Amino acid sequence: MANPGQTSQTVPATRDSPASPRSRALAERLRAVIGDGKVLTDPAQLRTYECDGLAAFRVRPGIVVLAAHRDDVVHTVRLCAEAGVPFVARGSGTGLSGGAVPVADGVLIVLSRLRAIVSVDPDNARVVVEPGVINLWVTREAAPYDQAYAPDPSSQQVCSIGGNVAENAGGAHCLKYGFTVNHVMGAEIVLPDGDVVHLGGTAPEHPGLDLLGAFVGSEGTLGVATQITVRTIRAPESVQTMLVGFHTVEDAAGTVSDIIAAGILPAAIEMMDALAIEAAEAAVRCGYPEGAVAVLVIELDGPQVEVDEQFRQVAQAAEARHAFETRIARDAAERALMWKGRKSAFAAVGRISPAYYVQDGVIPRTQLPEVLAEIGRLAEAADVRVANVFHAGDGNLHPLILFDDTVPGAAHDAEQLGFAILDLCVDAGGSITGEHGVGVEKKSKMSRQFTEDDLDTMQLVRCAFDPAGLANPGKLFPTPRLCGERPGVHTAADTHDPALGEVF
Amino acid sequence: MAAGKDARTGAVVAGAGPARTVRPTTAAEVADVLRDTSGTVVPVGSGTKTGWAAPATSCDLLLRTTGLDRVVEHAPGDLVVVAEAGVRLDTLQRQLAGHGQMLALDPPEPGATLGGVVGANASGPRRLRYGTVRDLLIGVTVVLADGRTAKSGGKVVKNVAGYDLGKLYTGAHGGLGVVVSTTWRLHPLPPAARAVVVPVPDAAEAGRLAALVARSTLTPTAVELRWEAGRAAGTGSELVVLFESIEESVRAQSRAAVALLGGGAEADAPPSWFGARPSGGLVLRLAFEPFALPRVLAALPEASSGTASACTGVAYAAVPHTTDLAALRAAIAPYDGSAVVLEAPDDVRQGLDHWGPVADSFGLMTRVKDQFDPGRRLSPGRLIGGL
Repeated sequence: MANPGQTSQTVPATRDSPASPRSRALAERLRAVIGDGKVLTDPAQLRTYECDGLAAFRVRPGIVVLAAHRDDVVHTVRLCAEAGVPFVARGSGTGLSGGAVPVADGVLIVLSRLRAIVSVDPDNARVVVEPGVINLWVTREAAPYDQAYAPDPSSQQVCSIGGNVAENAGGAHCLKYGFTVNHVMGAEIVLPDGDVVHLGGTAPEHPGLDLLGAFVGSEGTLGVATQITVRTIRAPESVQTMLVGFHTVEDAAGTVSDIIAAGILPAAIEMMDALAIEAAEAAVRCGYPEGAVAVLVIELDGPQVEVDEQFRQVAQAAEARHAFETRIARDAAERALMWKGRKSAFAAVGRISPAYYVQDGVIPRTQLPEVLAEIGRLAEAADVRVANVFHAGDGNLHPLILFDDTVPGAAHDAEQLGFAILDLCVDAGGSITGEHGVGVEKKSKMSRQFTEDDLDTMQLVRCAFDPAGLANPGKLFPTPRLCGERPGVHTAADTHDPALGEVF
Repeated sequence: MAAGKDARTGAVVAGAGPARTVRPTTAAEVADVLRDTSGTVVPVGSGTKTGWAAPATSCDLLLRTTGLDRVVEHAPGDLVVVAEAGVRLDTLQRQLAGHGQMLALDPPEPGATLGGVVGANASGPRRLRYGTVRDLLIGVTVVLADGRTAKSGGKVVKNVAGYDLGKLYTGAHGGLGVVVSTTWRLHPLPPAARAVVVPVPDAAEAGRLAALVARSTLTPTAVELRWEAGRAAGTGSELVVLFESIEESVRAQSRAAVALLGGGAEADAPPSWFGARPSGGLVLRLAFEPFALPRVLAALPEASSGTASACTGVAYAAVPHTTDLAALRAAIAPYDGSAVVLEAPDDVRQGLDHWGPVADSFGLMTRVKDQFDPGRRLSPGRLIGGL
């Protein structure tokens, strides 16, 4: 596969179509205002940006703007608004739902050069960053003060805070610490008309509507964040990690439920099944228990006495569910190795399959055994292998659907199986996405989870922020709506999906 | 009780009370009310926090949500509960406690409903550990101004499908729709508690001690400061650090806290004032950068009394009704500070700037209000800037 850690599917290459007159005129204005070197229109250069972490969706943008300063973003968005040209903001491009797929003949605003750490304030536990700053850098900045940034998506070494805000990124430790939205205190936003507003701030609350709460996780459809204030947490006194091997998935899942029922809130509980373990071993030799059908990585943190006592209870719970091997990390290096197996699992699957497709769904935790069994049945019926890696503590599944991209139709079958798994999640009372976002990939599934009235109500927010529909159009919502349009009445223009551009 | 007027706090509506009151018992009835009527509607729960927003400029219909009083679903294994907006928080807590669980919100207003807690964004001391409504509300159903019913979020804690409208309805005082049902993330009830109480001579020392706790590895559920009237804010006050966890942990941590703070008395429960709001005169909710606590206290008029959630940047203060709010707001603005009126004598209330100045996002806020409630019929005037 071309791109380890990412979905690899055979996709027709986009054509080198000539830029439209509108696009040429906008590029000229952009060059005049923000500078020649930041505006790309050469088709060969544009190709780099035609997809994000979900390589199945590719669209060549008309123009790429490499913003080097906040004002570049403001000018670009304002010029787009004046010209009526849609724009898409992009951070590191690691998203897995196609949220940063460009719009054909639109502008892609690349924010990865906006990498300044604006301020670090350990007294107030706040760090202010530009959107292109890498997630892990925030913790690196806070670490000298014994503080850390809690949200830790597996891609934390490369993903950007701006992208984390757009997707409301989670991670292994959000079981205890919450998601990006629980840690973002303020943001400077360029609205789709080019106006700049400040939402939230450094204080814990502000008079007025919580627009920041609505903005986080809006997948780039409400504007572009150009500066973000996050809070940091005190690093815990003690961290303990254990790796537990089980002979059955049911025992592993049952252990998760027992731990939660005992009133223990671990920092993380991660689960991998046999196929995922096999892949991780092949890739990073993490030394997981041999013969395990499922493993749990369980981490507890907090005051030493609390961690020690609860760790003992967790070990007992695992033993009661027939755990055959329990390994406790003796130091940071051993802990890192346990996590390496888990955090590299997506990429590792590339070692045992020519291609794969990763899904992201959520179920109520107590239904893990039933839903996993049903996924197994679906996979068997479709004759497709599925490796399961997931945040078991909060019921967030990441089935990795393996396929051979040289076999015609295999990619399609994998995608269909992924969607069937999402149906299972919705039917179990869960969600079609826990952390990867809806993007372009799953927007059709929104109607499975929400009613027409639910979606129309969400569109009210969209219409307040972006009445012209220029910010990342064609994502998130199954049916694009014009603002001011009566609900339920669709126009012919709605059937055009700009996100799909010229692919089909 | 006079129409639209609560015994404890100010009137819901400026001038005369509402023309009439309805108390629907189902979400469908709420939808019918909004669809079949025109005119202005102000939703309220038990009415414990009617003073927390500016008085409505008009109220043709007071919509009491206390009839929506069913706990719809409690899934103990998933630590999730679904309950209608009129369910009382204390009733729900009793029910959850039977399963060793709790909704980790502790606003003190007795009899408050879930819908009211959401609408007013009420919180208490334990926000330090558990956060506030926005951190715990995972799903919400509302009836919009036109009678449509819409939900957002769901029944799982981790969920990023679509916009999280629960955040918008939190603190919106019914101005974007009537919250009819709420879904919450729950926490296990901690089995043991231990409090450390330390006398504090002045505001500077209060700030120093709070910072010590914040920078330590201690994991208190709350750090509360109380000061009494008659002296400068923070002077002669008391700080309580509350630990709630397993027995081994709360004992070890309270001992460590005494050592860290250089003294203090240990007890099995926090003092009786813990969690109570101050009262009398103007009651303000102040929010600011946490480390600015001593400077914010110094900006308060003498003869104030109140409490502060010391490590979070939130304080509640009762100040004389003659207090110059504009000057106070200007003094704390450098710390991203705000001061919102929660309670005021009736004769003073009408002329007050309840929320304080609007920020550069006010235009956007207005557009959100106009999208959700184009006729401005829901809680008109209750929100910031007269929205």
